[in-house]
Amino acid sequence: MKRRSLIKAFTLSASIAAMGLSWTVQAAETIKVGILHSLSGTMAISETSLKDMALMTIEQINAKGGVNGKLLEPVVVDPASNWPLFAEKSRQLLTQDKVAVVFGCWTSVSRKSVLPVFEELNGLLFYPVQYEGEEMSPNVFYTGAAPNQQAIPAVEYLMSEDGGAAKRFFLLGTDYVYPRTTNKILRAFLHSKGVADKDIEEVYTPFGHSDYQTIVANIKKFSAGGKTAVISTVNGDSNVPFYKELANQGLKATDVPVVAFSVGEEELRGIDTKPLVGHLAAWNYFESVDNPVNTQFVADWKAYAKAKNLPGADKAVTNDPMEATYVGIHMWAQAVEKAKSTDVDKVREALAGQTFKAPSGFTLTMDKTNHHLHKPVMIGEIQDDGQFSVVWQTEQPLRAQPWSPFIPGNDKRPDYAVKGN
Amino acid sequence: MPKALHSLLLALLLLLPLAARAAGDADYFIAAKPNEQASLLQGWAAQPDPARLELLSSLQQGRLGPDDSRKLRLNNRLRGLVDNALASHRLLSDDARVRLAAAQQLQKSAQPAQVAFLDRRFASEPDAAVHAALGLALANLQLVATDPAVRLAAVRLLGETGDPMARTRLESLLDPSVETDPTVRTAAETSLAQVKRKLLIGELLGQAFSGLSLGSILLLAALGLAITFGLLGVINMAHGEMLMLGAYSTYVVQVLVQRYAPGALDFYPLLALPVAFGVSAGVGMLLERTVIRHLYGRPLETLLATWGISLILIQAIRLLFGAQNVEVANPAWLSGGLQVLPNLVLPYSRLVIIGFALCVVLLTWLLLNRTRLGLNVRAVTQNRNMAACCGVPTGRVDMLAFGLGSGIAGLGGVALSQIGNVGPDLGQSYIIDSFLVVVLGGVGQLAGSLWAAFGLGIANKLLEPQIGAVLGKILILALIILFIQKRPQGLFALKGRVID
Repeated sequence: MKRRSLIKAFTLSASIAAMGLSWTVQAAETIKVGILHSLSGTMAISETSLKDMALMTIEQINAKGGVNGKLLEPVVVDPASNWPLFAEKSRQLLTQDKVAVVFGCWTSVSRKSVLPVFEELNGLLFYPVQYEGEEMSPNVFYTGAAPNQQAIPAVEYLMSEDGGAAKRFFLLGTDYVYPRTTNKILRAFLHSKGVADKDIEEVYTPFGHSDYQTIVANIKKFSAGGKTAVISTVNGDSNVPFYKELANQGLKATDVPVVAFSVGEEELRGIDTKPLVGHLAAWNYFESVDNPVNTQFVADWKAYAKAKNLPGADKAVTNDPMEATYVGIHMWAQAVEKAKSTDVDKVREALAGQTFKAPSGFTLTMDKTNHHLHKPVMIGEIQDDGQFSVVWQTEQPLRAQPWSPFIPGNDKRPDYAVKGN
Repeated sequence: MPKALHSLLLALLLLLPLAARAAGDADYFIAAKPNEQASLLQGWAAQPDPARLELLSSLQQGRLGPDDSRKLRLNNRLRGLVDNALASHRLLSDDARVRLAAAQQLQKSAQPAQVAFLDRRFASEPDAAVHAALGLALANLQLVATDPAVRLAAVRLLGETGDPMARTRLESLLDPSVETDPTVRTAAETSLAQVKRKLLIGELLGQAFSGLSLGSILLLAALGLAITFGLLGVINMAHGEMLMLGAYSTYVVQVLVQRYAPGALDFYPLLALPVAFGVSAGVGMLLERTVIRHLYGRPLETLLATWGISLILIQAIRLLFGAQNVEVANPAWLSGGLQVLPNLVLPYSRLVIIGFALCVVLLTWLLLNRTRLGLNVRAVTQNRNMAACCGVPTGRVDMLAFGLGSGIAGLGGVALSQIGNVGPDLGQSYIIDSFLVVVLGGVGQLAGSLWAAFGLGIANKLLEPQIGAVLGKILILALIILFIQKRPQGLFALKGRVID
């Protein structure tokens, strides 16, 4: 393992060194594609697999002859969970490496940090993670869920009889733009359902927070006042100590269910899930979804992980942002073929209305105007093997509402992408 | 006694046909829709039947029967109802301990439909503890009884508990439109005050405990630094990486034990302790001999060099183990917690870590104050030249002391791996806290570090519920800066002519 990693590191540095010299020669034969995911730091737990998924998808497209007769050439950079570094690296990708498109970012704060760069240089970013909405840039395509495709249906489920008929809500999040905005939307939504402010508690922790004693004690205290559900927007590896503390303090899913928006199969790999059975997650895809497209997708991924000897390859799992990455790359490739060019403006036009048969079991459509995918919503329960079993799902994919109607002033926003908002 | 005999006979009589019926229940249950399943479970809870015990226990495990492989789908609502129905059935058990656990579960989950059944069990229960627990479960339901006298008795009984749920139930009775009888309302007020007092005690104890727990973690992180920085005066920026090496040693030991001796997996953290100490101490001594000893007396260069070393160590671990966190599992004896009060659970892992931290402090203190090595270390730190004149091998003492500090950090890493994430950046998140503890406690003082660690831990946990984790951390930093301004030597300063 050591030797292989060393070789990998060597080839990476060699390729970076060679890039400056040889891109002009190669540009004629390949299309460069940027991959911008943290491979170290607190977000590495979530983002590393997206990089690998992007590489696998590119490899598959290349195996079928590439796009417009040209092979795709991935350029991988590591912004190291460091938000300003995201902007720097994306500028490097767009100006030095001259990539046609970038697939990347997980946290909203990283997306917000690269957004001005993409708008200034007219780049193209595919963002594969569920987020808080309130954004619609012409230079970004959002293949993850907007709040109405994840957060709001999840809360509706918790309020339903099957979800436990929750009356009180504990909103717990990491302290940055995504949890704060999502909770703002959820609070307005809960108000509209007649939940009073005294039945909503909002708590934030710093990134990488690891001591959840006080917070779990507070959840316990809060839950004594009536049927409570926790809505967690905790991001990254902080989830592990949070769930450990929940289990150690004896808070079970039957008493207080936790529904998480950032915990998927990949995050659960690092924990013993037996004490977590029954806690929920809301996504648009789960590995356990049963359909032929997904069976193929999961098998491909497991084979790829084994062939490339990724860390923990024997327990490789797929998750929602990986599926969104996969769908995004394929849609971009389809649009490039349709536009017969990688020119950003032409590709953007060709992307409107693209469809793709996704592993979630639905044919997903890129909306004609709002740059978001139409996605189905699924609520899954954690099982003791680290997988989710779907307990509820929508019949049809929903159209995204990036400008949430629960935030005042959004009714005046245009339903098409405009720069600088 | 005749009653028990009677029910035993009855059970025996019904045994044959019931066995067949239990299998029928399972079929019936699996065929039903979730809503029907819910009402089925509610019905079973109100009228328990010993023959269903097996089915319900299996349902709790997520199966239909011990050897039934049909797929069962439960959601949280159904799981709660299964727990409740099972508790109802377990009240019929012959074992008083089983009945007690069942009654305690029913205190949380009993439904109005179960009143009649609970009443009967309450009247016939022989065991005093179970009797009392059943009384409480019943009292929860009797708050809405039609007879004011029953309500009054229930309210008085609830005042005796420290159950957090009792508080909400009693609060609802204060409203004159809900509770029409003024005597019951007054009794509810008294009981509420009692319950609140009990809850407050639990809360305060909980806060004190989490403060102690955070303090013990800070102490384990800082203790090694108290030696390398405090006694030797090396500004060791690579200290965090010694913690990380300890945590990774734990991971490696876990993997090896899993592969070669799966039977002993429960005790791998104990096995990891000497390994982590050895690895960290070895790396520490190597660094001291190759880099740090050339830089004694040049603090700025030491700082830069050790910072560089820390980056090298992080990258080395990344190349060896990958950038992602590795999974370090808690053994069974470190999972779960001890229920002390109705609103206070002390997790075992944290209890063990507090004890472990104190043990390490004690051992370090003994080593420094009761052994020849300790004497030499103290001699060298107080006056190097004089110690050298007296024949103390200062170079070797430096190396051993640095190794000791690093080894203790390795031990801290083992403890940290049990409560947090193990990744290449683990050390980075503790290095600042470690320096804070050592500087606040007073450089060169073990006792200072002890007080500073627990002080910081408790202050942090007292502030957190009031102003949140983010602001709390900022406020603590600001307070420490103010304190150091006023008292640069820290909490405990060495008196006299020692050190310079």
